Amino acid sequence: MINFRLEQREYVSPWLVFLAPIGAIIFSLMIASILIVLADVSPLESYIKLFVGAFGSKNAIAETLARATPLILTGLAAAIAFRAKFWNIGAEGQLYAGALAVTFFGTGLIELPSFLMIPFLFLVGALAGGLLLLPLVLLRNYYKVDEVVTTLLTNFIIVLLVGYLLEGPWKDPMSLGWPQGASVIDEGVLPQIIPRTRLHLGFIISIFIALTIWLVLSRTILGFKIKAVGINPSASHHAGIPVIRTIIIVALLSGGMAGMAGVTETAGLKGYLTLDLSPGFGYAGIAVAMLAGLNPIGIIFSGIFLASIYVGADAMSRAMDVPTYLADVIVALTVLSVLISIIILQFRIVFGGQKRDI
Amino acid sequence: MEGKNVIFDFVEILFTAGFWAATIRIACPLIFATLGELICERAGVLNLGIEGIMSVGAMVGWMAVYQGAGLYSGILIAAFVGGMFGLLHAIFSVYLGASQHVTGIGITMLASSLGFFSFKLILPYSTTPPKIEPFQPIDIPFLSDIPFLGEALFQHTPFTYLAIISVVIIFWLINSTPFGLSIKMAGENPMALEAQGIDVLLVRSMAVILGSALMAVGGAYLTMSAFDAFYFGMVNGRGWIAIALVIFATWKPERALLGALLFAGLDAYQVRAQQLAGAVIPYQFFLMMPFFLSIVAMIIAARKTRYPKALLIPFRRGERH
Repeated sequence: MINFRLEQREYVSPWLVFLAPIGAIIFSLMIASILIVLADVSPLESYIKLFVGAFGSKNAIAETLARATPLILTGLAAAIAFRAKFWNIGAEGQLYAGALAVTFFGTGLIELPSFLMIPFLFLVGALAGGLLLLPLVLLRNYYKVDEVVTTLLTNFIIVLLVGYLLEGPWKDPMSLGWPQGASVIDEGVLPQIIPRTRLHLGFIISIFIALTIWLVLSRTILGFKIKAVGINPSASHHAGIPVIRTIIIVALLSGGMAGMAGVTETAGLKGYLTLDLSPGFGYAGIAVAMLAGLNPIGIIFSGIFLASIYVGADAMSRAMDVPTYLADVIVALTVLSVLISIIILQFRIVFGGQKRDI
Repeated sequence: MEGKNVIFDFVEILFTAGFWAATIRIACPLIFATLGELICERAGVLNLGIEGIMSVGAMVGWMAVYQGAGLYSGILIAAFVGGMFGLLHAIFSVYLGASQHVTGIGITMLASSLGFFSFKLILPYSTTPPKIEPFQPIDIPFLSDIPFLGEALFQHTPFTYLAIISVVIIFWLINSTPFGLSIKMAGENPMALEAQGIDVLLVRSMAVILGSALMAVGGAYLTMSAFDAFYFGMVNGRGWIAIALVIFATWKPERALLGALLFAGLDAYQVRAQQLAGAVIPYQFFLMMPFFLSIVAMIIAARKTRYPKALLIPFRRGERH
């Protein structure tokens, strides 16, 4: 086999840290262009179409930022969990739990003036997402039941539950046979921030939440505990950090943010719950978080970037006859490219070299 | 309806040969996938690429046959493509020592999106999914004539018998061959394996490649034996269920077979119970059962679970842990 070793770097230049995700993006786009060539069209022209589709007009930009909103929130959900090495892959289910909470409370059960109603909906959405994760984190902590699998399986259960509610008891009778929930009352709808586009207040809120999480992670004791638990749980335990309690808090925050993504989609983008509310925002959030190096500020940018890929790919697909699944391929490639960049940041690859000496 | 008769109906399901035949049919993709994941984990690598690799296996195997390849070539092509994704997984998780969780999720995203992309690229305008002539059931001489047992056990497709045979092969491979021993050591005590002069990284990579090939074959079973067409999202969580089954099976092939059959039996039962109780209980609740059962199975197994000691721990040459 190829003989190489990985040697830990002693010093990592900040420039390298900044350039690594950009390198990963360029690398992914280059690999994806092979597929565009296979589709028999010009990669450069396709990427131009993609860029114009995502940023080429006021409407396109608004659409991209609207798409970024849930991605930023699910990205934050993944980032805070992954920092503590708590593998919550259930953001998709938690998103729908948040959307269910909005439909339950926000369609007439409770009526408050707008300035109270909107925060209330975010609160119940976050609670629903967090509470969905709570039994799973308790199972992990006290029974050693692996959270990767339980969170993944829960996604399927929740989506089926949404299907049942929308086809049965929660079906909007006004929807003419289409399975969708009742409309969120006017006081609960997130207002548009650019008139006549789909960009809504949720985008501002998601940025505000990203900044808050950044403050929590970098400037508070809780943030320090989360980091310590992620790096070495047993050392943290011996240093007096309550590991189990910290992981439970992480799970509630993570599920809560994914739940809020359900709020922005239900009360902001659509106005009601549908079965196709999320085309995999929960899973894409993992890519958002990885691309940002789990940094909440970075997640704002990586969320917008991946949103532009999705929105732009739709436009490109219409113009160039390349299947829209190209966007999913690019997102998947970024995850893997980021892994390479992390290795390059951590290690120097030394080819050849001597075997270890005992 | 009288209470007694209803209960009788629910029990009667168990005495139909069709129920037992369906159980075996539903178990097959899970058997392949669970064995595949089991090999990876025994070598110390959690392979979360399973869901995507099954999906791409389902697509590639089907597409090969649709384009004119034979059914058995279809299986081989699916296995090869699965193995290639396994190689990619191994480069990241074994050679580069990257996070096995993130690598696996990335591989699942890549494998399924590449599968969907190529399907749309090759067949852009198909609205109704085109069909192939899948594996047909063959009657095993004499045995298939036994009343009840014949219909339940000996009137399956060759692909189904292949699933059962692969359990025997993997059991033998893990328990009775030097390669199996190295796989187990790579997952329990890689330092000791290296001290024997065996390349840990190579052993782990081979296990991941072999395991991923099996996962893809499990996916191909769906499109080439269980159904005759490819649908987006047809794997529908079976990969994740297989990971739960590996834990339930305590990393033993024979118990994986048992777990897959038990699980498939409950699934086959619920489909039939649904026809009896469908008016009372909405179908979505029946569809939830496999996912609930997987979580329950993990909770049951959790107390006695003993993970391979070096699972999730990257091995780096010349480093002491």
